[in-house]
Amino acid sequence: MDTHSDILIVGGGLNGPALALALGNAGFSVRIVDSLPKDVREDAEFDGRAYALALGSQRLLSGIGVWPTVEPNAQPMLEIKVTDGRAGEGPSPWMMHFDHAEIDEGPMGYLVEDRHLRRAFLSAMEDHPKLEHIAPATVVDQTAEAGRISIALADGSTLSASVLIGSDGRSSGTAQRAGIKRTAWDYGQTALVCAAEHAKPHGGIAHQFFMPGGPLAILPLTGNRSAIVWSEDRAKAHHVAAFDDDGFLDALRPAFGDFLGEITLCGERFTYPLGLSIATSLVADRVALIGDAAHGIHPIAGQGLNAGLRDVAALVDVLIDARKRGEDFGGAQALARYQSWRQFDTTKLAMATDGFNRLFSNDNPLLRAARDIGMGVINASPALRRAFIREAAGLNGDLPSLMAR
Amino acid sequence: MQAEATNTVDPSEIAKFEAMAAEWWDLEGKFKPLHMMNPVRLEYITTQVAAEFDRDLDDPLPFKGLRILDIGCGGGLLCEPMARLGATVVGADAAERNIPVARIHAEQSGLEIDYRHTTAEAMASAGEQFDVVLNMEVVEHVADPQGYLTACQQLLRPGGLHLCSTINRNPKSFAMAIVGAEWVMRWLPKGTHEWSKFITPDELFDLMTKAGMEPVDRKGYVFNFARFTWSISDRDLSVNYVTAATKPA
Repeated sequence: MDTHSDILIVGGGLNGPALALALGNAGFSVRIVDSLPKDVREDAEFDGRAYALALGSQRLLSGIGVWPTVEPNAQPMLEIKVTDGRAGEGPSPWMMHFDHAEIDEGPMGYLVEDRHLRRAFLSAMEDHPKLEHIAPATVVDQTAEAGRISIALADGSTLSASVLIGSDGRSSGTAQRAGIKRTAWDYGQTALVCAAEHAKPHGGIAHQFFMPGGPLAILPLTGNRSAIVWSEDRAKAHHVAAFDDDGFLDALRPAFGDFLGEITLCGERFTYPLGLSIATSLVADRVALIGDAAHGIHPIAGQGLNAGLRDVAALVDVLIDARKRGEDFGGAQALARYQSWRQFDTTKLAMATDGFNRLFSNDNPLLRAARDIGMGVINASPALRRAFIREAAGLNGDLPSLMAR
Repeated sequence: MQAEATNTVDPSEIAKFEAMAAEWWDLEGKFKPLHMMNPVRLEYITTQVAAEFDRDLDDPLPFKGLRILDIGCGGGLLCEPMARLGATVVGADAAERNIPVARIHAEQSGLEIDYRHTTAEAMASAGEQFDVVLNMEVVEHVADPQGYLTACQQLLRPGGLHLCSTINRNPKSFAMAIVGAEWVMRWLPKGTHEWSKFITPDELFDLMTKAGMEPVDRKGYVFNFARFTWSISDRDLSVNYVTAATKPA
């Protein structure tokens, strides 16, 4: 077996397989190394985790050929309602309402369960002639040399490639071994994540309530189900997480309200400590980082996976353009283009979601008044509304070709 | 062929050549201006070659079967990309020290390239023939441009493509290429260029026509100081520019 390929990807979550498929389709030989066995990724039952895929991300999934498999299980997001709320008082009269009909691009995005995305990626990778999926396997060492980079696996084997992509999450070993440092901080908040069934239909509307402890997002899934992402002060979140399902629902109801009728839980409940973790560089010698390995952001606007897929699409453009010109696509010159394309976007997004969270996650009456007025102003201006909708749909900025229409 | 004489490298010299190769290919080093310009040079070359020989750049080895000569190959900044695209590549340089340097780097890159210490005139009289002759930033340095371009024409097969870039001669090119690049930015050593040897696009088209080639295209390379990158321009040929010409079949 030839141990050298064009591309090596470490990390088998969602961004890694998306990149593997996009590059494999473009004719690169790709190996993807995942520390989890395939059946763990494949056999997952519904567990309540879901992603809000922006329209740009959906276009990428179409481009790499997995959207037809995902679509039957995707819920279009037609409207977003953002409200400033305080438990027991109901939502304040100030709110923002974004309707997809205002931008003429189709739905703003889609809600897709984690398990459906994973399965679609796995089956697309299965018989791909340019892809080899190595799992489970652990990387223990990596060395950049002239013209190539090699990695050593725990079983003693060695693989090499022109470029190594780290898609191994916010504690990325690929980044550490490449000497890339991270900037990280903790929000002191924890997200409670679950899914609920409700009596009334959601109409494809996503809701975001800004509560003093943190935002509560209610995102429409297929059928009469919604995904719930509830961020709270860490102490309160742990307190609520310890309740049984009935106790949890009792704690949730005052914030959730009754606009969807009676609610019951489905699937499991998860807790995620919220923090920001950004790599100080997206590239090193023959190494590039994507997804959470590059930037673990606050999940406040559901932009984590979308930002990762934007890395994927940008890197694909950079590598294909370099190869077309005959350049060394894993060389410093090509990777620097990826860095300059994505670094600004990433920092901007991290700062924006961080600032948004700090602005909204408190009960300061002055800030509350200010943000209510701000939301009223945005809501009253069609131009600002459209700008927000395009941002939420992932259609702003310098779009990579996989995300452009 | 005289090139054979330089094929063996004295082992004691290898370390020196390795250091020189590293220097040639250091993006931030002595040849930084060339590295910065290389993407647009490659953009132009690949587009023109693909169009002339009806190749699809999305194919894995689009230039397979083409024999390409790079005159003034230096460390191999153009030869390596051409070899990666599948071409059979000969790199020629009149500076003997560049040859082992380019060879060492090609070996590190896993590429097969025939580097020779020779000149266009010598190869032409030896009867060498190519589909494509790359003639980048050379013509402004030679003593007899007409004789040199005639040799380039002789090196082409009928239907072959000659890509030639140089620097325009006008007050702006003096300000940019001599004052800017050599005196202010120090991108190039002082005295690299002699302004009086610069050639206008019309003069170059004239020289190529007299050499028996048919000029088919010309574009400008424009440096954008805000983005600090080069781009290709259809209109602005005021300083750096590139031309394409064919040898009638």
